[in-house]
Amino acid sequence: MTTNLIDIQNSDVIMCTNNMAENHPVGFQWVMKAKERGAKVIHVDPRFTRTSAVADIHVPLRSGTNIAFFGGLMSYAIQNNLYFKDYVVHYTNASFLIDPGFKTATDGGGLFTGLEQTGKGGADPHIAQTYNKSSWKYQVDGDGNPKRDNTLRDPSCVFQLLKRHYSRYTPEMVERVCGIPKAKFVEVAKLYCGNSGPDKTGTITYALNLTQHTNGVQNIRALCMLQILLGNIGRPGGGVTALRGHANVQGATDLELLYHELPGYMAMPLRDVHPDLKTYLEKETPKGGFWVNKPKFFVSLLKAFYGDKATKDNEFGYQWLPKRASADAYSHQHMFVDMYKGRIKGFLADGQNPAVGGPNAKLARAAMQRLDWMVVKDIFITETADVWKTPGTDPKDVKTEVFFLPAAPAAEKDGSLTNTMRLIQWHEKAVNPPGDVTSDAEFFVSLAKRLQKLYAGSKKERDKGFLATSWTYGDNPKEPSMELVLKEVNGFATEEIKDKDGKVVYKKDQALNTFVHMTDDGKTAGGCWIYTGVIVEGPDGKLINKANSRKPADDKDYLGHGWGFSWPANRRIIYNRASADLAGKPWSEKKKLIWWDPAADGATPDKKGKWVGLDVPDFNAFLAPDAKNGDKPFIMRADLVGAFFGPLNDGPFPEHYEPMESPTRNLLSKQQNNPVVKVWQVPDKKNELAPLGSKDYPYVITTYRLTEHHLSGVMSRYLPMLAELHYSHFAEISHELAKEIGLDNGDRITVMTPRGKIHTKAMVTHRLKPFKIDGKTVHQIGVPWHWGWKGVDALPGSKGDITNDLSATVADPTVYIQETKAFMCNVKKGEV
Amino acid sequence: MSLSRRDFLKYAGSTGAGVAVGAGAVDLRPVAAAATTLKIKEAKVHPSVCPYCAVGCIQLVYSKGDTIIDIEGHPDTPHTLGRLCPKGAATIQLSNNPLRPTKALYRAPGSDTWEEKPLDWMYEQITKRYYDTREKYFIEKEKDKDGKEVTVNRLEAIASLGSACIDNEECYLLSKLNRTLGIVYHEHQARV
Repeated sequence: MTTNLIDIQNSDVIMCTNNMAENHPVGFQWVMKAKERGAKVIHVDPRFTRTSAVADIHVPLRSGTNIAFFGGLMSYAIQNNLYFKDYVVHYTNASFLIDPGFKTATDGGGLFTGLEQTGKGGADPHIAQTYNKSSWKYQVDGDGNPKRDNTLRDPSCVFQLLKRHYSRYTPEMVERVCGIPKAKFVEVAKLYCGNSGPDKTGTITYALNLTQHTNGVQNIRALCMLQILLGNIGRPGGGVTALRGHANVQGATDLELLYHELPGYMAMPLRDVHPDLKTYLEKETPKGGFWVNKPKFFVSLLKAFYGDKATKDNEFGYQWLPKRASADAYSHQHMFVDMYKGRIKGFLADGQNPAVGGPNAKLARAAMQRLDWMVVKDIFITETADVWKTPGTDPKDVKTEVFFLPAAPAAEKDGSLTNTMRLIQWHEKAVNPPGDVTSDAEFFVSLAKRLQKLYAGSKKERDKGFLATSWTYGDNPKEPSMELVLKEVNGFATEEIKDKDGKVVYKKDQALNTFVHMTDDGKTAGGCWIYTGVIVEGPDGKLINKANSRKPADDKDYLGHGWGFSWPANRRIIYNRASADLAGKPWSEKKKLIWWDPAADGATPDKKGKWVGLDVPDFNAFLAPDAKNGDKPFIMRADLVGAFFGPLNDGPFPEHYEPMESPTRNLLSKQQNNPVVKVWQVPDKKNELAPLGSKDYPYVITTYRLTEHHLSGVMSRYLPMLAELHYSHFAEISHELAKEIGLDNGDRITVMTPRGKIHTKAMVTHRLKPFKIDGKTVHQIGVPWHWGWKGVDALPGSKGDITNDLSATVADPTVYIQETKAFMCNVKKGEV
Repeated sequence: MSLSRRDFLKYAGSTGAGVAVGAGAVDLRPVAAAATTLKIKEAKVHPSVCPYCAVGCIQLVYSKGDTIIDIEGHPDTPHTLGRLCPKGAATIQLSNNPLRPTKALYRAPGSDTWEEKPLDWMYEQITKRYYDTREKYFIEKEKDKDGKEVTVNRLEAIASLGSACIDNEECYLLSKLNRTLGIVYHEHQARV
C-alpha cells in the first residue's frame, strides 16, 4: 500500500471495497478512529457484512463490475468538476498528448486501437488475440519530451481521452451494469468525489475483491486513477490501502517468490529479449525516474547471489541465471496445467496448500497426483501433503513420492515479516521447535549445502553459478543467523569503498546504509535494494537491526518511524512530495505532511533548503521545488507523473468487460469478455466454462473469507480455539433465491459449476439481495473457501468440501491471477 | 488521571490490575494480580509478529523453558495498539497443539501410509531427487525466436510454490536457491 494504516485516521472519507472489518479487524480500528473524527465510511460489497454494519452507506455491487463502478465515479467527478485540478494538471499525465492514431474503447466498440490475431500455432494457443501497442504512446517534441496541454482541452490529451472513454459510464449505466440504484450511486459519487481538494482526502481499501478477476490489474488501475483524479496519493488520509492476506505476502513479493521477477521488482530475464547483461540493462532501465539506478541494484543482486565469482568479466554471473522461454509461462496456473500434462516431475509446496487454496483445486490435486516426487513443508499435514488420500482416490493409484517436513511457526524462530504497509518487523525465537521441526531457513540452507556437495568438482558450465553461491550464515550450521541473511538482503560493501577524498566510507563487508550507495561495478552486493537500511552497523561494528526497533509513536511522530523499518528508506507514505503544492508548500495546513524549508541546511554547507516534515521525504531531500523535476512527485515512473494513461496488456485505460462466466451480455459494448483474456485448454474436460445464458448455471457466485478462519485453513482448521467457531461450511443465499429453489435455512445443498460440485449447508440470509441487472433479476450467492477434508476430528464442522473445486483456470492477461470472485453456478437442494 | 489505552495495557500488564477497573464493589485486584503473576512469573518474553493476516500485529510471547505459556498483543505497537483478532489470539495453538506433527514423514509411491523417517535420511533423499531431476531435465541452451542459440540455464522439471507464510530471510534464501539452480516455476500466494 502507498500509505500507512495509522494514517487512515486522517481521511475525510473511506471507501472500503473489501470486507476490512472481518478480514483485517485490527487495522480497521483506524477506519473507526477516522469515523469518530467525522469521516464518512462507504462500503462497496455484494454482501452486507460487519464492515457494512458500521459504514454510513452500504453499496451492493454485482461481483465483477468494479470497473463500471470506478469508471462511473471518474466520469461523475469529471462531469461535475469535482476533481483536484492543480494536482491533475501538474502531477499526472492528464495533460500529455497521445498519438493521434489511438482511439479509446468508446470509439472502438469496447476495444482499443491495435487488437490483432496472434495466429493459432503452438501447443497452447490460449491467447488468440493481443494488442499491438504502437499507437499507445505520447506525442513527443524534437527533444523527445512529451507534448503537453496544461489547459487539458486538446482532444488528444490524456484528460480528454479519459473523459471520452468514460463518457459511457453514466449513473444510469452503473445502475444497469452493477445493479446499484442510480440514486444510491449519485449519493456515493457526491460523497466520495466531494471530499477532494487542498483540505480533503479520501482513501480506498481493497484486497482480493479487486484482484481475483480476469481484469484484476485494471481494477486496481481504475482505483488508482480515481485517487490521482481526486488528488489523493501521497497525502495524509489519502492513498491506496492495499490489504494483503498473509503475514508476509508483501515480503515474499519483495523478495520475489514470483516467476516473473527477481528480488526488488526487476524482471526475470527473457530468452528472446535479454540475451546478455548489457542488453538486459539497456532494455530494463528507463531513461527517467529513480529506476535509472537499476543497473546498480541489479549488479548488486548478482553479487549477493554469486559472491566473488561474479565479476565484470563474466557479466557478474548473468548467464548463470535462468532465462524464461516466454512471458506467458510459469505462473501458478501455468504450473498446475503443465504439471497435469506431465511436464513437471518434482514439486516443493512450502507453506502453501494448493489442494485447497488455488483456483480449480480439483485440477491442482489431479496434477500433484501425477508428480514423481513432492516435498511439503508445513506446520500441519495439509491436504496437499495428503493428496494421495484425496477422498475418492485409491492411494495405490498415486505414484507420487511425498516427503513431509514439519515447519516452525514465527514464535519458534528469528526472522522478519513485512506487513501490508511495507513495515518490516522482527520476531525473536521464543522457544526451540519440538522434535524434528525446523525452520524453513534451516531446510533451504541444508538442501543447498548438500546439493553443493553433490555438484562439488563439476566442471560443467551450468553448475558454476550454483557452486558460486554461499550458504554460510554464522558459525552454527544447524541454525543459520537470520540477521546475517538480512544483511545480505540489505547489502554490504564487497571491498573497502573510499570517497573521492580517499576517506573510507565502507569497510569490506560493512552493511550499506542506503541503496543510494549501491554501485554497478561489483563493489557492493545486496539481495533486495528496497530493503537497504533495515540493518546497519553501529560505531562498534555491531549490527543494528531496525526491523527490531520498538519506539512507540507519539504526538510528534504519529507515523511511528522508530517502530520497525518501512521500505524504502523508512518512508511511511510514498510519493509524499505530492502532499505539497508546486512551490513546496502543503496544500493546506490540515493536510500537511512534508514541505520545502528554504532556511534548512542544504546538501552542502554552502547550500540551503530541504524537504522536512512528518515523514521521510520520498523524494530527493535537497531538490528544490523550482529545480528541474523538483515539482514531480512520482519518482518511480520514468515520466515522474501519475498515470491515467498506462498501457497494460489489455488497454491503457480500464474498460469494463464481463467475467468469463457471467449472467448478462456486456451492456457497455459488444465486447463480452476481456479480449486478451488467458484461458487454458486443459485435457480431460478439467476446465470447462459455462456459456453466457446457460440455464444450467444461472447464479453468480463469489468466494470470500471469514474472521475466524485463515485462507486455505491450514492455520485455523487444526486449532480447536478457531475450528469450533464455525460449526459448518456454508453458502450464503438470499431469501429470494431460497424461496425460488425451495430452501430453508440449514438445508443441505449442492453447489455446482462445470468444474465440480460441493455439498454444503444453506445459510439463508438478508445479507445478500438479488440484483436488478438491466431490468432482470440476477441472484448471487457467496461461499467461503477455508475448508478441506482435514481438521479437528472432534469438531466435524472444521472439515468440509473444497470451494475452489468450483472455480476455473482462467486469468488476467497481465499478471495471470484467476477469477474466483465472479463466476456462475447452480444450487440444488440436497446432496446430488 | 487519564489513561490512554497503551498506558492502560502497560499498567495492566505490569500490575495485573486490568480487571479491577469498573469491577464495582468487589475488589478483584489481589485475585487478578495473583493470577497474572502466577501465569507469567519467571517467564521469558520475546516480541513476535502475528502470523495470520498482513496487519502485522506485534505479539509478546511468554515462555518457560521450551514451552510457550501465553501470547498477547504488544501494547506499544503504533498501528495496532496491542490489539489482536480471534486468529491472533489463538496463535499459541500453532505451537501447543497435539495435532501438530513433530517428525519427518515419508510416503512411498503407491503406499497408503506415512512412515516416520530420520530428518537426515529425508534430507539426503530430497537432495538426491533435486539432483537427479536437475541432471536429467536441465536445459542449458535453446534457440531464441530468431533461431540464435542462447544460454538459458533453465530447469522446468521442478516447481516451487510458497510462501507468504515464511520470513523475509527465508523467502530470500528460497529465491536464491531456486534461481541459482535454474528453477523458473517459482511462485507463492501473491499470485492467487
